[in-house]
Amino acid sequence: MISRRDFLQASVAASAIYSAYGVSNLSRAIAQQSMTQDQLLDFNRTGNVTLIHITDIHAQLMPIYFREPEVNLGVGGALGLPPHVTGADFLKMFNMTAGTPEAYALSYQDFGNLARTYGKMGGMDRVATVINSIRADRPDALLLDGGDTWQGSYTAEKTAGQDMVNVMNALKPDAMTSHWEFTLGIDRVNEIVDTLDFPFLGANIFDNEWDEPAYDPYKMTEAGGVKIAIIGQAFPYMPIANPRWMFPGLSFGVREERMRDVVEKVRSEEGAELVVLLSHNGFDVDRKLAANIDGIDVILTGHTHDALPEPVMVNKTMLIASGSNGKFITRLDLDVRDGEVKGFAHKLIPIFSDVIAPDPAMTALINDQRAPFINELTEVLGTTSNDLYRRGNFNGTWDDLLCNALIDVREADIALSPGFRWGPSLIGGQDITREDLFNATAMSYPNAYRSEMTGELIHTILEDVADNLFNPDPYYQQGGDMVRVGGMGYTIDINKPQGSRLTNMTLLKTGEAIDPAKTYVVAGWASVNEGTEGPPIWDVAEEWIKRQGDVQIEPNKSVNVIGA
Amino acid sequence: MNISRRKALAFGGAALTVTLVPVSFAQAASEEVMKAAVDAFTGGAAIAEGGIELTTPEIAENGNTVPVAISAPGAKRVILLASGNPNPGVADFAFGALAAGNGSTRIRLAGTQDVVAIAEMADGSFAQVAKAVKVTIGGCGG
Repeated sequence: MISRRDFLQASVAASAIYSAYGVSNLSRAIAQQSMTQDQLLDFNRTGNVTLIHITDIHAQLMPIYFREPEVNLGVGGALGLPPHVTGADFLKMFNMTAGTPEAYALSYQDFGNLARTYGKMGGMDRVATVINSIRADRPDALLLDGGDTWQGSYTAEKTAGQDMVNVMNALKPDAMTSHWEFTLGIDRVNEIVDTLDFPFLGANIFDNEWDEPAYDPYKMTEAGGVKIAIIGQAFPYMPIANPRWMFPGLSFGVREERMRDVVEKVRSEEGAELVVLLSHNGFDVDRKLAANIDGIDVILTGHTHDALPEPVMVNKTMLIASGSNGKFITRLDLDVRDGEVKGFAHKLIPIFSDVIAPDPAMTALINDQRAPFINELTEVLGTTSNDLYRRGNFNGTWDDLLCNALIDVREADIALSPGFRWGPSLIGGQDITREDLFNATAMSYPNAYRSEMTGELIHTILEDVADNLFNPDPYYQQGGDMVRVGGMGYTIDINKPQGSRLTNMTLLKTGEAIDPAKTYVVAGWASVNEGTEGPPIWDVAEEWIKRQGDVQIEPNKSVNVIGA
Repeated sequence: MNISRRKALAFGGAALTVTLVPVSFAQAASEEVMKAAVDAFTGGAAIAEGGIELTTPEIAENGNTVPVAISAPGAKRVILLASGNPNPGVADFAFGALAAGNGSTRIRLAGTQDVVAIAEMADGSFAQVAKAVKVTIGGCGG
């Protein structure tokens, strides 16, 4: 366990993760300072408007570890641009030093050791402290939640998101948008939305029978004497990437024309002087949207779980990326005059849970949500020798664990685990509790199917998913990572067109090439099809972890990537 | 291609219906069939780009019923062709003299393909626009 003293000796995240127009100019200057709550919260109040952005919390009420991706490839126009820069390249791009708190927070290198040094991140009671501090500095600061809030934990699963609704209500957001929320089912979503004191925005959500807007597209508000439009954009590929049957009456999509119309309307009819898009598009989709549509001052991005220490400018639009799992909050101060942003100050605030004091009222509220389930949450299922993490384009050890469990418990040749980007990490030597397992699996269509597929169908599925990730046009990307494969290796050339990216598919247990005509037993989970049969993935994994006692994951070298 | 329902239930199993069959399985219209459909409308006349707008989703939410809209102010008639369907002709809009040249419908797409709209303008000239619509198995977003 890391002592407070160790932190004081460490260099800083605070002002190091602080920027002004494209320059993280303070990072070197203060790299030798120690890390305290005051420094993490320190901010040079600027202008007249403050935005607070948090997104993709995935129901993580408690502090967690979250390893950022090692592989996060950009294609087409996004090649080599943030957020498609990782590890040492990332540190170099943003003038950071390996081994520092900010390097731990924002990159993957030496993750396990740094996690032991700097501790867990996030926790909604720490988040509450930061929000309270910002509001003390600027009382009319706007808190905006980018969605993926109500799903991703044991308690969210058992309460159909009510634990998160209770906690977020206490934080009093000004608006939210959505994605996984809809996997609670349309009736539950509307039941919750009816109780919220703030709008549930989605300019791109339409009734698919009448093609009429299904939720409020935007909210007008005023802060610092500035008329502000907050436009919401839900995840565009909801009925494709998640089960359509759970919200059968709704249609989504990027709907660029619609967004252009809404921006025009809030500017000309509503008199907005500042236009903020609270988006769940994913970073690359937002980058294209910003290039194609004028009039949006700030896009608060979400979905792809990127954390960037500086805004990315696209023409006159500022893109903000605030990470996931409660690990970061962005504070963005804007100087808005004469209908224009004249200046800003930005800080991606890392929520170091051992440095930022929890807000006592929020701690109590979180404990209330967890109390009914505390015995189940804390039950130890086994231990892990490896760091367990998910994020990365092709594989992660958490999914290796799930694939191994599917192959062993479901007696399959090949396992498929979806390329979700949610799911916190564990570090080697930790217990695996039921809470940890649910953090990596909790969702509303968890059935672990077992079925037969031809080699040709497996190839077609992988090609389809690969194109959702590596299509050079961001509007054809869905924002997940590649489906994780157990029991089978392959080579992928990310720059080829759909249908010819994957070659050398090999059944690992025999070393034989996958035969397109032959049938293989495939186990997987999270099918979008209604009526999928099988035990929940968490039962499969729990059985396997208990069999193992101590989990050890062999290094995964089964995916050979070309063109990266 | 012979995929049983049981197999198709797995993962993104949409491969069981013709309309959601991934692109490699789709029986696309041959180029000759597509050209014949265009020529039947234009009589082989030259076709300009521009002057007509086509709105489609980038990715179809349901390949069986894909919403499309056209806008061709001043057009007498607009046809929609799905280049990847076995029979490319999917819609035909005729406009009176006072109509605005706008129309929308839902079409069925047999896989990822270009949807083409061709307008015959009041002066007898032709204009076209094409949009790619992706039909995907889905799942795994996220």
